[in-house]
Amino acid sequence: MKMTNNARPRIGKKQIALLAELCNALAVSGDEQEVREIVLREVKPLCQQVEVDAMGNVLATRIGSGQNKARVMIAAHMDEVGFMLTQNDGDGLYGFSIVGGIDERQLVGKAVIVGREHIPGVIGAKAIHLTTPEERKTALKLEQLRIDLGPDGSGKVRVGDRAGFATQLTEIGPSIRAKALDNRLGVANLIELLRGAPENIDLLAAFTVQEEVGLRGARVAAYHLAPQIGIAVDSTPANDLPAYDDDDGENTRYNTRLDCGPAIYLMDGATIADRRLAEWLMKTAEEEGIPYQIRQPNPGGTDAGAIHKTRSGVPSISVSVPQRYCHTAAGLIRKADWENTLRLLSAALWRLDSKILTPSEA
Amino acid sequence: MTKTPSTKARDEALLALIKKLVETPGPSGQESLIRAAVAEEIKDYADEIRTDALGNLIARVGTKKPGGLRVMVSAHIDEIGLMVTHVDANGFARFIAIGGVSPLTCIGGRVLFMNGTRGVIGCERLEPNTAPTLEKLFIDTGALSSDDCPVRVGDVCGFERPFLDLGAHLVAKSMDDRISAAVAIQAIRALKDSPHEVFFVFSVQEEVGLRGATTAAYGVNPDVGLAVDVTRTGDTPRTIKMEVALDKGPAIKVRDSSFIADPRVVNWMVAAAKASKIPYQLEVLEAGGTDGRAIQLAHAGVPAGCLSIPCRYIHSPSEMVSYADVENAVKLLVRLLSEEIKLG
Repeated sequence: MKMTNNARPRIGKKQIALLAELCNALAVSGDEQEVREIVLREVKPLCQQVEVDAMGNVLATRIGSGQNKARVMIAAHMDEVGFMLTQNDGDGLYGFSIVGGIDERQLVGKAVIVGREHIPGVIGAKAIHLTTPEERKTALKLEQLRIDLGPDGSGKVRVGDRAGFATQLTEIGPSIRAKALDNRLGVANLIELLRGAPENIDLLAAFTVQEEVGLRGARVAAYHLAPQIGIAVDSTPANDLPAYDDDDGENTRYNTRLDCGPAIYLMDGATIADRRLAEWLMKTAEEEGIPYQIRQPNPGGTDAGAIHKTRSGVPSISVSVPQRYCHTAAGLIRKADWENTLRLLSAALWRLDSKILTPSEA
Repeated sequence: MTKTPSTKARDEALLALIKKLVETPGPSGQESLIRAAVAEEIKDYADEIRTDALGNLIARVGTKKPGGLRVMVSAHIDEIGLMVTHVDANGFARFIAIGGVSPLTCIGGRVLFMNGTRGVIGCERLEPNTAPTLEKLFIDTGALSSDDCPVRVGDVCGFERPFLDLGAHLVAKSMDDRISAAVAIQAIRALKDSPHEVFFVFSVQEEVGLRGATTAAYGVNPDVGLAVDVTRTGDTPRTIKMEVALDKGPAIKVRDSSFIADPRVVNWMVAAAKASKIPYQLEVLEAGGTDGRAIQLAHAGVPAGCLSIPCRYIHSPSEMVSYADVENAVKLLVRLLSEEIKLG
């Protein structure tokens, strides 16, 4: 039976407002409560079953009405990279550690927010007036940095609280600049997919925790859901600027490029994508006229790395929205890439025939 | 064991099987050809054959009789390879490794893509006295431009090198771990009257992190498990210090860097080798890991060990094993699976 996807998803004001709420929230790995509350509010009206598991994953099941439905798990991690306060030096100054992967050189001078109340602060450093040319040659080490909350903030936080960049989401023409686009974009996409889910599948939506520290939430979520197919929706770096320091100028290590559509994974450091699923996504894109790109096979990993190794194995793949400046205070995406990612995933689910997993001895 | 073993009494069918297996391409994640080749070899001997969700080929031999166990034997069918990351304007393909590929053994090598395209590996000009990294290398398929290039981002190739029969020693690009697949296939054919229900797993994606064996072990849920894999040797000039050498028999793994074999399994293997007068060596490997680890950590834990085939030049296009070791590994594996397993 051929199904038609009548609900072609679009990115409009509503979607951008939700993404802004998600990105501006603070949910560093291990303390995802703020995003979890938004997710629960959005998915409860859409799903027959919604639960929060022991680790804090939101597992939302939208049961289809068709026959021979495939059980499709789609994972989007709610957590973001950030910081944890580790020592109170008095006067509102706090030592901190990094949670997940952030380049230490990116920290100096950044505005931050701390804890569930978003106490404002700054990662300060000596002003240029006072530094020597020699000092300016080396980046400051984490141990030399403090989060400065000032006297007002010092009583409102404690060691163990999470902190993140203070960036607020901003639309810039065709682009969006925000923190935590990795992976609130995935969260936003998964919510939209639940809104328009087809009847030919059981959509097992997993809004996962602790991805940035080792795919931990997805591991237990996949065990619990025991899906037949796994898809991680995420955001991946676009290092698509010219190679300024290369004689040829040809950038051969871009990972992905903005404006080229959703990035389909074939291999990363944690997963070799199931080729049948890759063919399904590429065929969908080609037939629906949706631009797509193959993410350069590179290290890195998504929740698919945990899902595919669960129980007796789950054929899995990842699809990401390309993003410049991932894991920094301000990532940059194109709305068109976001919309095309959502369109691709939506169209692919509508066309999904569980027979694609029949082993083919090519 | 100093004398070169005679080449007269060799099993030509076994040599043909090894040649077929090592020359079938199958980098991790692209195991369909080698899986079909293995299935063809065992279909008349196994009681049940299935392919699981990740592509592991699982063959059941026998049913559990009194005193029998569920036994898993795992030999991986994937091999190291390369995946294209970028095709430049002139048609040269940059790549990333699938599994542990050394740039040193790549240069001048030839590759075969799963779509049939062939190519050679070239290297950028290097600064004097520097070692190449994979980023400096590229595949030349003979293309004149990117438009003309027959491969694209994500395409996978394996190394191409014909099987070489040196008599006492056999050489191929993928002895790791097709030689163990050959051992397992021989054991399937030879196994008679086993009290056990034996699940022979021809596992996928071992080279990228024991991924196939992880899910296969969960699915099989065995009482005891054995990996069959190659191990390094210390018998070549100025190499690592290691007791294991070619021609001294299959190795019984005690430990590697990711796995401590269950001592009861080690004792069982040693006792069987002694009882059958099969030469063996004990193996302590300072690096590496095998499907044994994945089996051991499945469910609530599984007593597991590893039968190793000593192999020189692992992960090069010329991996070398001893014919006699291979035959003895088959004998030992058949013996192990034929009797009651008492893990004292």
